[in-house]
This record gives sequence, C-alpha cells and structure tokens, in this order.
Amino acid sequence: MKTREEIAQALASSGYIADGELATAISLMQLLKRPLLLEGEAGVGKTEVAKALASVHATELIRLQCYEGLDQSAALYEWNYQRQLLAIQAHRGGDAETIEDQIFSEKYLLERPLLAAIRRAKPPVLLIDEIDRADDEFEAFLLELLSDFQVSIPELGTISATTIPHVVLTSNGTRELSDALRRRCLYHYVDYPDVDREARIIMARIDGSSASLSLQIARMVESVRKEELRKVPGVAETLDWAAALVGIGVRDLLEAPETVQETLMCLLKTHEDKSRLTREVTQRLLGKVA
Amino acid sequence: MSCCGNSPGYDEIDEVSRLVSAKLAAFLKTLRDSGFAIGLQEGQDAAALMAAGYIKKPGLLRSAFKHLFSARKSDWEKFDGLFDAFWLGKRVKSRSMTMGSAKAANSPSLKSLQDKKYEPTGGEAATDQIPSTDDAPEDRAGEGRMEGASRADNLARLAKTMRTRLTRRDLARRRGYRLDLRRTIHNNISHGGVPISLVKRQRKQKPLRLIMLLDASGSMSMYTGVFLRFIHGVLDEFREAEAFLFHTRLAYVSDAMKEKDAGRALDRLSIMAQGAGGGTKIGESLKTFNRWHAARVLHSRSCVMIVSDGYETGDAALLGREMAALAKRCRRIVWLNPMMAWEGYAPEAAGIKAALPHVDLYAPANTLKSLTELEPYLAKL
Repeated sequence: MKTREEIAQALASSGYIADGELATAISLMQLLKRPLLLEGEAGVGKTEVAKALASVHATELIRLQCYEGLDQSAALYEWNYQRQLLAIQAHRGGDAETIEDQIFSEKYLLERPLLAAIRRAKPPVLLIDEIDRADDEFEAFLLELLSDFQVSIPELGTISATTIPHVVLTSNGTRELSDALRRRCLYHYVDYPDVDREARIIMARIDGSSASLSLQIARMVESVRKEELRKVPGVAETLDWAAALVGIGVRDLLEAPETVQETLMCLLKTHEDKSRLTREVTQRLLGKVA
Repeated sequence: MSCCGNSPGYDEIDEVSRLVSAKLAAFLKTLRDSGFAIGLQEGQDAAALMAAGYIKKPGLLRSAFKHLFSARKSDWEKFDGLFDAFWLGKRVKSRSMTMGSAKAANSPSLKSLQDKKYEPTGGEAATDQIPSTDDAPEDRAGEGRMEGASRADNLARLAKTMRTRLTRRDLARRRGYRLDLRRTIHNNISHGGVPISLVKRQRKQKPLRLIMLLDASGSMSMYTGVFLRFIHGVLDEFREAEAFLFHTRLAYVSDAMKEKDAGRALDRLSIMAQGAGGGTKIGESLKTFNRWHAARVLHSRSCVMIVSDGYETGDAALLGREMAALAKRCRRIVWLNPMMAWEGYAPEAAGIKAALPHVDLYAPANTLKSLTELEPYLAKL
C-alpha cells in the first residue's frame, strides 16, 4: 500500500498532472476498498485518471466500455459456442454426460472484462467507462459484483475473486445513476483544470511547446470556456489545439491572430459555437491573454 | 475528562474516542439533513479514516470525507462549506445553506427555479388578471385559486400527466419482443441448421418528441416566466424534448434548462435571452431552426409547439415560407398564443396571418386549463 505522497509522486512521474485531491481519492480507494466514481464534463480527462492509476500501481488496465444494451455475455463471460459445437461433433457417439462436463469446462469459457478483472494474479485497474450509458439492469448487476466480487456461472459454479481489482467508474451524466451505486463508491468530480494546471498539462503532453505559449493557450481556452457555448472545449480539445499551433509553428498567439482564428476549429465543435466566436470576439479574448 | 483523573491511560483514550465518535455522528446527521445519502457503512469508514491518522490534518480529512460522503456534483460543491462550518466553526455561505436543505436537494429543480423566478419576472399578477377580464367569473373561480399558491407544482404535475398519457402506448410496445425466425435460420446455415445464434426482433420505439419554441421578446415578457417553468417541467418529464428561445435570434436552451442547480440555469438563460436590439424575428429564427437544428431534433413523430403572439417585426413572407418548410418536416405544429384570450383579439398581425395556414392547432395558452386541454390532442399523435 502506498501513502498519499507516494501516490502523488507516482502520478506526476506517469505524466498525469493531478489536482491535490485526486491523490487522496486514490489512497482512500486502497484504504477503504471502494470503487471510485468519476464525474465531469466530456473531455476533462476522466479516462486518463484510470490510465494513470494503472501506471501508479504498475498493473494492467482492463477496460469495459458501456453502451445501451450491454449485457452479461459482453461484460462478464460467454461460452465459446463454436468450439463447443466442434467438440460435440468430434465426440459424437460418446457418453452424453462426459461430453457435457467437457464442453462446460473452463477451456470453453470466454473471459470478458469483468471476469478477467477478478481472476488476475496481480490486482488490475478495472475501468468501467461511461456507466451512465448502460441500462438500469446492468447497473444493478454491477452493484452486486462490486460488493461480492464473485461470479456464479450456472454450468460451472461460483468463481470467487483471486484479487480485488481497483475499480474506476466514469459517468458523463447522460442518465442519473442509482443512489445505491453512488453510495458504494467514492466520488470525485473532475473539473476543468485551472490555467496553471492546464498549462502544465500542455507542456507535459505536447512536445515543443514552450512555457509562455502553453500559458497563453491555457489562458485563451479558459476565456473561451467562459463564453456561452454549446460544447465547452475540454482538455482533449486544448491539447489538439496546442498540437496544431505548435505544428504550424506559432510561438506567440498575439503575433498570429489569423492562425488563431483559423485553428479555433480544434476547440469549437458546433456550427453555432463557431459562428458565435467571430473575429471580434476572438480579438477581445486575445486581448485578455496578454 | 479532567473530572475523573484517577486512571488517565485507558479511560482517557476511551473518553476521547467517545467524544470523537459523538461529534462524527453529529456531523453525519448534519450531512443527512443537507440531503446527503449516507449509510452506516460510510459512518464506519469515516471512523476508520479518523483512526488511520487523517484526523491530524484537517485539510486532508476534509478531502477524504468529501470523496467518501459526496455522491453527486451538488454534494461535491457544497461539502467544503458544510465541513468548515461544522469542524472549523466557519460561517457557511448563505447560498450553500439554502441549497443545502434536504428538500431542495431532492425535489426537482423546477420548484426552486420557480421560487427564485417569482420576484424578477413581476408579470405573474398580470398573467392571472388578463384572462379574468374576459372569462366569466364563476368559470374562473376554482382555477384561479389553483394557480395562485402552488403554480409550479401544478405545472410540473401537468407536464407529468401529459407524459404518462403519451408514453403508455410505448410501454405496451416494449413487449413486442420476439424471435426473428427467418434471420435465425439463415444465420445458422453454417451450423447445420442448429439454431445457435438467435436473432431477435424488437419494435422500434419512437416516443413523441416535443420541440418547444418560446418567444422571449418584449411583447411576450409577461408570459415568458410561466412558459419557462412549463418547459422546465416538460424537459424533466419527457424522454425526448428540446427547447429553444427566440427573439431576434434563436437560442438552444435544453442544456441550460436541464441544469439541476436552479440558480445556474437562470444565469445561463438570462445570458441567452439577451436579444440584440428590440423586435421579434420569428421568420429569421425559424430559418435558423430549419437550417441548423431541424435535421437533428425533428423526426416523424415530432410535435413542434410554438409559443408566440405572432407580432413579427421582420419579413412576414419569410415567416410563411419557413412555416411551410417546417410543416413538411414534423407531424404537427401547435401554435399557442396567449393573446387569444384578449377580448376582441383577431389574428390580424401580418406574421400570424402568414403562419396560420400551416398551423395544425391554434390555441390560447393563458391558463393552466388551456394547457391541460392540449393533452388529449398530443396523446393522439
């Protein structure tokens, strides 16, 4: 088990610039053995937290992407029907019971992310991404798994967890999650980073970005976020934009207002937003950057 | 503690931990009163955290408790204030106090929105009075009372009953869950006809989608507040609903209206509602809607509800053309005109004249009753 300071250090060395509270959250995950629920706007780096966590613990990341209609066979386990059929054909004429025992053995079991996560030798990080997209039924099932950490397969029996994975759930708020699930989890709200942190993120992620340019970009993005937009740009968009500017060879935003206006497409993803940030508005925002 | 000083060792530790757990229990109660959902397990974990040494650093303890006790964004935001007030004796900001009551946290945001909206709009009294000038008094008596005190409740309930009526058909449809025999056989040819992978069929669900376009111009100002609340209720209750505001330009407000925090929703709306100059450009706004939003928000089971008095300051012919285009894309267009209740009102304005041929239902919408009367109409769609 790592202390809070060690976690903060490990996060920093893995390239994830975290706010102070995230290290606390991760140390609590270990201490209380609870999953961590991350909420926040799209593009603020929720999934990145799980990746950073995996590198902090130097372990594997198992990801389950949720979607509407996700069911147990895609999330937990499935029988390998083709192989089972082949086995039946191959042993045709044999004793029915022997064949049945054989085809419902581990050899014919396909592991899906949830089952894989509890059967690893070293506890992996299990990322359940966008849990709000899955149905209510799946959420209830997940709740059961997260409290017992065992899976019962009717044909095979109960499989208990060899290790308890570090579970991270993310949600975008498309559907309200049940109170039961929320209560079981530690909660962390991932907000847009402040200017200083965003500048450090840009410097860490984009090769060739200078400190002054990163700060300018971070300031500009912050003021763009304050405009009344439909899709507020996230950290991912900021990084795209920074990469574009660095790639074009911009060194100072104020020297290249035309390029800024033209590359705003990296930040603004709807027509409405694009037409709202006119040249005049961009000029005004650039004025604040200086 | 000092009163029983004979055996300091064990007794004192016990006393301290007893005091701490009593204080912790009181804190949990404070949080529960503020709308946090906290179970026994959380309390135990909190005690374990304090025992694990977190208690020595208040900043760390606050951050740890915040992760443990919060379950949603609103909890997350108000936690620091509550913690500081309880443990560090700081004053809580008045905002987090009012927002922190269990009722506010649990009830739909509509209610608090309504409470806040009451003062600034100021058009409330007028809304109630205008219809009563022309309607027969006995007709209005009961209804007027109902609208007075708990109007927001009524509006929310109205939106809710409309929704349940509308979606009942879809619930029945859900059971149309059956095996697609043709595809199953075809898919399993490679298995020698043994049906291994089943193909199932489910009827496509297409609930009614309600798109509301609300005129927020000056001439409508006394009705805007009421309809905003109605839209809020509709967005809360309908699975598929979108809302737009227009005056001289069109603004998409669904996201802002879905904001749970009523204060923020209002802030965002007031920014959006600021028109550039005066007047109402219904035609222009509809043009924007048809060009940029219609493809996304409209489908064959959509009903467009326009709430406007029809005073067009732009080009009336443009309004006619855009209404024709809109009529082709959606199932029904309902035009609600609060002015219809005025005595002697006739749709004389050029704008409304141009629009009316394309409108399926043209109705007054000045009382709750008139809104309720829409329900059977919408249910038929």
